[in-house]
Amino acid sequence: MKKLLLGNEAVARGLYEAGVTFISSYPGTPSTEITECAAAYDEMYAEWAPNEKVALEAALGASVAGARSFAAMKHVGLNVAADPLFTAAYTGVNGGLVVCVADDPAMHSSQNEQDSRHYARAAKLPMLEPSDSGECRDFTRLAYEISEAFDTPVLLRTCTRVAHAQSLVELKAREERPLREYKKDPAKYVMNPGYGFRRHGVVEARLKALAEYSESSPLNFEEMGDAAVGFVCAGSVYEYVREAFPNASVFKVGMSFPMPIEKLRAFAAKVERLYVVEELDGVMETELRAAGIRVDGGKDRFGCIGELSQKKIEAAMGEKMPETETFDEPVPPRPPVMCAGCPHRGVFFTLNKLKLTVLGDIGCYTLGASEPLSAIDTTVCMGASVSMLHGFLKTRPENAGKTVAVIGDSTFLHSGVTGLINIAYNRSVSTVLILDNSITGMTGHQQNPATGFTLKMEAVPPVSLEKLCEAVGIRRVRVVDPGDLKALETALREETAADEPSVIICRKPCMLLKYVKPKKPLAVDEDKCRGCRGCMRLGCPALRFEGGKARIDATQCVGCSLCAQLCAFGAIGEGENA
Amino acid sequence: MKTTSIMIVGVGGQGTLLASRLIGCVLTKKGYDVKLSEVHGMSQRGGSVVTYVKYGEKVYSPIVDEGEADFILSFEAIEGARWLPRLKKGGRIITNEREIYPMPVITGRMAYPENAISKLREKADVVSLDALSLAERAGSAKAVNTVLLGVLSRDMPEITGDEWMEAIDAVVKPAFVELNKRAFRMGREA
Repeated sequence: MKKLLLGNEAVARGLYEAGVTFISSYPGTPSTEITECAAAYDEMYAEWAPNEKVALEAALGASVAGARSFAAMKHVGLNVAADPLFTAAYTGVNGGLVVCVADDPAMHSSQNEQDSRHYARAAKLPMLEPSDSGECRDFTRLAYEISEAFDTPVLLRTCTRVAHAQSLVELKAREERPLREYKKDPAKYVMNPGYGFRRHGVVEARLKALAEYSESSPLNFEEMGDAAVGFVCAGSVYEYVREAFPNASVFKVGMSFPMPIEKLRAFAAKVERLYVVEELDGVMETELRAAGIRVDGGKDRFGCIGELSQKKIEAAMGEKMPETETFDEPVPPRPPVMCAGCPHRGVFFTLNKLKLTVLGDIGCYTLGASEPLSAIDTTVCMGASVSMLHGFLKTRPENAGKTVAVIGDSTFLHSGVTGLINIAYNRSVSTVLILDNSITGMTGHQQNPATGFTLKMEAVPPVSLEKLCEAVGIRRVRVVDPGDLKALETALREETAADEPSVIICRKPCMLLKYVKPKKPLAVDEDKCRGCRGCMRLGCPALRFEGGKARIDATQCVGCSLCAQLCAFGAIGEGENA
Repeated sequence: MKTTSIMIVGVGGQGTLLASRLIGCVLTKKGYDVKLSEVHGMSQRGGSVVTYVKYGEKVYSPIVDEGEADFILSFEAIEGARWLPRLKKGGRIITNEREIYPMPVITGRMAYPENAISKLREKADVVSLDALSLAERAGSAKAVNTVLLGVLSRDMPEITGDEWMEAIDAVVKPAFVELNKRAFRMGREA
């Protein structure tokens, strides 16, 4: 049966068919659906770990215990998991271990545009790059064969246009895999200097064997057409090249590390001009050049910023572009916004009002940086808000009353808590706001250790954020409803004035959660509205300003009442919208 | 056969994903090679959203690029204008007349273009309708997506009305099947 599957669904299908039994991941766009889809199969255990390092270590533990195991993450998640990754390359595996890393060229939902292919080279691990959903399934299955045959973790690299594109997949049956026997083997699994140094030799020998495999693997093949031009490409870029130049000769790289250098040398000899087309960095181009293979065009033509596409490739190759129309007026951009009723809105409104310096973090609340809330000073990576606040205030202690960190519940448990331990231990007079909306919001509502449910929706005791903060040494911990602007402002004023570290937990569930019932939409009393635009400072998508008055869009308003709390003229309340 | 390219554009939360899933279902059943591409994550939160749908004998790229769209199905009055450069010469824009103000308009920093749809008509073949009113008549404002899909279905003569109904049966939750079928027919006959 052929089914239209998302690339991520197809990876999950591959895991199922390959007989995988253990999956541990942390959500991250565009990788999240792999683990969500995998959790729907009863035959596989799947979980959300608190972060990617924990996920990969858990998967490695399952592999050592004899299971085929898996971890998925976004590109920046692999930075968090890099520590176990590099040494897992030394230990190798028992049951097959595959790590999927999803890159996000063009940064649809990320903080940088890093190229994960460097990790394969740096950690000396094989990397496979599927182009569509069919290959996502096939390569996932094959990755387990490679992992067990060569005793190595395998990296499976996708990108947004593979992970979030749907194409047809022929479903196959699952192959059950009995657990491999576990034998104590310190020379393989205890990476102290003595054993580890010897394993480095094993890694180098394995890399040579993998390079030989890459030369003969069906993952790497040429499609000869017109010999005037030959393209070398991998992943989604293969699809763009094929669409742009259906008659050209193409070498499709499916195993991008180690590269099939001799096969590519032979291909290069058959074509008049050779172009290497790759998104982000010139990784393949550099290796081809280092091997002495003539490259006639690569990064000089295609650049290293953003996504490629068929037309961008055609343009870079000097092809004529189609005639197109453009709209004569500027079309206002439509950036993502906090939803109507979002529990974060009141927080950022108040932070802006109090003119605080705000060290931000990764999540929906990063939107607090946008106009009109404009309340965030920095955003770097998961957990950085808390640790950066400490460094900021140790450097400028005089700013203690006017500088805070904001971090979500899931992000705090991911890697904010270690920063808080640093604040408590090394005593900076910091105020940290944990925005607890009871879900991992940005990636589309995943459970986390503070929500009380697992990925498979089993009820579990939730982490108590209050007790956790107290336990690390914060004496001033208070909980506030961010939907109550007065209470929130009071809490902020008091905690930033305190002369010791403090935590404010702003607790209100995400408005999009099913159990959160919207309230009746509010309305503006036009006679009372003075047109002062005070409510418009909230940046609520349900509010608009027309004919000198504020108006509420009843199809969007969920009755959160922030605008009513703000209105100095009592013009907003229950009633019918005009 | 040549590849047909469709863009479904709108505002996060408008239900563009259901429309693309229905199209994907109906085309797969017909035996076409199909590719769909969407971006999840940040852009769901009230931002501009785009889904690409391509079908034919063999489809490579999942992206609909400059000058390649046969159809742009726009859920909001200015989203068609935003994506106009993607329209093929001779292509068609089917657009909802509903206006949803983006944040730069709400904050007063930019103006919402006036009479955007009539200006769009000077540039392209445009079919427009008030899909929200039709959806409300069908039973729910949320059915805007199937109303618009019904309009688009008129330009896909290779798919019969019954085949669309089967796709709705297969994809939509049972409780909402009748609502969506009503909404689809209203769009198809509008």
